Amino acid sequence: MNVRLYVWQRATAALMLPLVLVHIAVIFYATQRGFSAAEILSRTRGSIAWACFYGLFVAAAAIHAAIGVRNVLSEWSPLKDRSAGLFAILFGLALLGFGARAVTAVVLG
Amino acid sequence: MLAELSVALWRGTREGRYETYRVPQRESQTVLDIVTFVQRHIDPTLSYRFACRVGVCGSCAMTVNGRPRWTCRTHVAKVAGSGRLQIGPLQNLPVIKDLATDMQPFFEKWQQAQGVFAPSKTRHDTIEQIRPDSAARRAADAAIECINCGVCHAACDTVRWNPDYVGPAPLNRAWTLVNDVRDAGNRARLQAVSGTGGCHSCHSHQSCQELCPQTLNPTASIAALKRRTAAAYLKGEITV
Repeated sequence: MNVRLYVWQRATAALMLPLVLVHIAVIFYATQRGFSAAEILSRTRGSIAWACFYGLFVAAAAIHAAIGVRNVLSEWSPLKDRSAGLFAILFGLALLGFGARAVTAVVLG
Repeated sequence: MLAELSVALWRGTREGRYETYRVPQRESQTVLDIVTFVQRHIDPTLSYRFACRVGVCGSCAMTVNGRPRWTCRTHVAKVAGSGRLQIGPLQNLPVIKDLATDMQPFFEKWQQAQGVFAPSKTRHDTIEQIRPDSAARRAADAAIECINCGVCHAACDTVRWNPDYVGPAPLNRAWTLVNDVRDAGNRARLQAVSGTGGCHSCHSHQSCQELCPQTLNPTASIAALKRRTAAAYLKGEITV
């Protein structure tokens, strides 16, 4: 961990805090109201706001988690910093890919 | 007849074993008294390190019942309530012999963290006026009474699993110097503690502040360094 990774990890954590709260509130709202999948998708499809919200969430989570995984690997595995960093980049890109696919499915459909 | 205490002492270097000795119990006996008794009355080949015996020099730290402690100020009655006393060398440092560790890696990390005063004036300049109640001086004062005993270094989980990490004492020292208005080495110091193995490697487990015999809080100093270096990085004063 160095200061650049530290700043990125703290900044993405700060960004995700309100996003997680809204995400949980949305889950409670949808389940309390008993929305079906079709009803949820009818609200999210074509919505630029939800696309931005979850797009930002996915990007922040991918960066934040990748830095965390890099730290775990460099401290707990035989991998050197460089190899751990490379693995973490791949891990972050995978998260970004899976997340973007999910957001696309929910927003574009 | 005096009561006796059964004491297990580490004998050897990296490889070795605990050997048990019977030591008479006395009132107000310290762990260092126990070790000294063994060396002077039972086995003169026992190696250990001490100097002042009054908690000033920081030489006599050892692992006592699994925890690093300054042995000259640790009363046996405080740590051997169960009647068991096991004394070993400090962890996270190479063992020279028996209870004496090689402190060189510890002090090399002080240098690595730029824990050395960088003067900004000469003897010909006027003496800097420092207000004791200024925020910077209060921050320095809160962290300055370190005696370099190595207890925090031995207590730190991150030091154990990350050989690059400079550790709590050097970072605590760096924080006192960051707050010393007379010091001219802060840019280099902030740069030094911002890279791999610097202050951002700390996981804030707080073992250092729990076990520091001087009741300092290196975790707080490191947290403050994290904030200060982050601000310096965002302003472009330091790079990675």
